[in-house]
Amino acid sequence: MEKKAIRVAYGEALVKLGETNEKVVVLDADLASATMTNAFKKAYPGRFYDCGIAEANMVDMAAGMSTMGLIPFCSTFAVFAGRSYDQIRNGVCYPKFNVKFGFSHAGITLGEDGGSHQAIEDLALMCVLPNMTVFVPSDANECYACVEAAAKIDGPVYIRTSRLATPVYDPRPFTFGKGTVIKDGKDCVIFTCGIMLEHSLNAVEVLAEKGIDAALVSFHTLKPFDEQLACEYAVKCKKVFTVEEHSVIGGLGDTVAPLIVGKGVEAFRKIGINDVFGQSGKPADLLLEYGLTGPQIADKIISSL
Amino acid sequence: MNLQTLQSKARAVRRDIITMTSKAGAGHPGGSLSCTDALVALYFDVMNVSPENEKDPNRDRFVLSKGHAAPALYGTLCERGYFGPEEFDKFRQLHGILQGHPDIKKCPGVDASTGSLGQGISIAVGMALGAKHTGNPCHVYTVIGDGESQEGLVWEASMAAAHYKLDNLTVILDHNGLQIDGSNDEVMSLGDIKAKAVAFGYDVIEVADGNDMQQVLDALHAPACPGKPRYILLQTLKGKGVSFMEGQVGWHGKAPNAEQAAEALKELEG
Repeated sequence: MEKKAIRVAYGEALVKLGETNEKVVVLDADLASATMTNAFKKAYPGRFYDCGIAEANMVDMAAGMSTMGLIPFCSTFAVFAGRSYDQIRNGVCYPKFNVKFGFSHAGITLGEDGGSHQAIEDLALMCVLPNMTVFVPSDANECYACVEAAAKIDGPVYIRTSRLATPVYDPRPFTFGKGTVIKDGKDCVIFTCGIMLEHSLNAVEVLAEKGIDAALVSFHTLKPFDEQLACEYAVKCKKVFTVEEHSVIGGLGDTVAPLIVGKGVEAFRKIGINDVFGQSGKPADLLLEYGLTGPQIADKIISSL
Repeated sequence: MNLQTLQSKARAVRRDIITMTSKAGAGHPGGSLSCTDALVALYFDVMNVSPENEKDPNRDRFVLSKGHAAPALYGTLCERGYFGPEEFDKFRQLHGILQGHPDIKKCPGVDASTGSLGQGISIAVGMALGAKHTGNPCHVYTVIGDGESQEGLVWEASMAAAHYKLDNLTVILDHNGLQIDGSNDEVMSLGDIKAKAVAFGYDVIEVADGNDMQQVLDALHAPACPGKPRYILLQTLKGKGVSFMEGQVGWHGKAPNAEQAAEALKELEG
């Protein structure tokens, strides 16, 4: 299967967007060759602004630029969502300015740079902000759609992208704010987002080998969340598992948890990073260390059934 | 607008500051009174803004980076006709348009929501850069505080302003020397702030008395320096115009009671 890093797709999507939308400008904080905004820089040098290693200023500059009718896309590592958080909150979300954030290298699969650079909290930070839309594309094709959708939204949007080359699935219909049923099932349901789709698919296969028919639903839009679809599958399958490359606090799991209270759910478990920081290592080794490979996810589900 | 009229407007705005902070029992009169002359000069003489052109994309922009001086901005906007003085009754109150800090979503004439120090100047830099990008002829003005200049973001923004040669940006420092916990030098010395501004690439104009309308006007009307952002260092007096507030750190974030307000308003007559 073809593999492509979602951050690469982000860079390509910006170039495509730039062709048709003159208002799009791109800002980066000296990481263009990592966030892949260098593709845009090459295509439209006059619409690319390097902000230097000053993420907070990048965000507020984008806020100011948006008031001149531009649509700024800011990019840096997802871990710096924390560093520029006051600016994202007060400079962009509070006045609902039209600024987009394409933050890359999210999660532990950033790998070797280690825990200081592995954002395991960015989704929590972003989802709690009023006016913010949060996208977590699961592959390159979904990322193209997220970037396109972000440009059409009048307000702040966060797009979480990843470093690692991951499978590119056949394009699926994209509807803003709606989850995607990847596989139907009756014994339990897995809700996932981002690159954990690959490992959740693997878990579904492992479960099938053991006679467990698991449904799998992927959510490219974490906020606003498709509550209806989540509740439908929770009621139907009664055993609910969330899988994310993020802290189990404040991400997908905590988005789902309050929705399924009182819905007759018999088992619920959040599978993700268990309130610890990451560390250096190869992405595959890290997934194994933190229990996020397909077989490990399947084991956790079986032990909860 | 002639000098006497502008001075009279400044007195009116100072009365507004006293009135609204007193009614609310809260707010920041000291740092509002120190930057009043600059705001009046901008809104009545320098900037091409009016309630009629509020949506004109080519209007000049103003960002009150020291957002806690909101009473000075609200007084100025009111005197300029953006809303009526009845709004002062709801300053800092539920459902009021005059929030504790300026809110672009609620208050007419406000170009950026500010209050988190350091952010306003950074947003203003973005506006100036965006204006250059789109060919918008507007000029962007921002008033920053001296205490605010302890924020790293002020200097990140300054570096970017020089890098992008934003000669359509004017940063105005309201240097009253005082902040919440004491003088700048007691809390965190700014050192040679003028030399710092020069070193960061600004074209700097120092105004010996930033509460003297003529001196403020002269600085604001000075021709732009091509390729450089402008920095106007206003030496001001905290609490200017109200004798018992002048130079007193205690009036940073404290409202006058009814008796004190009456005394202040008497001093500000005319």
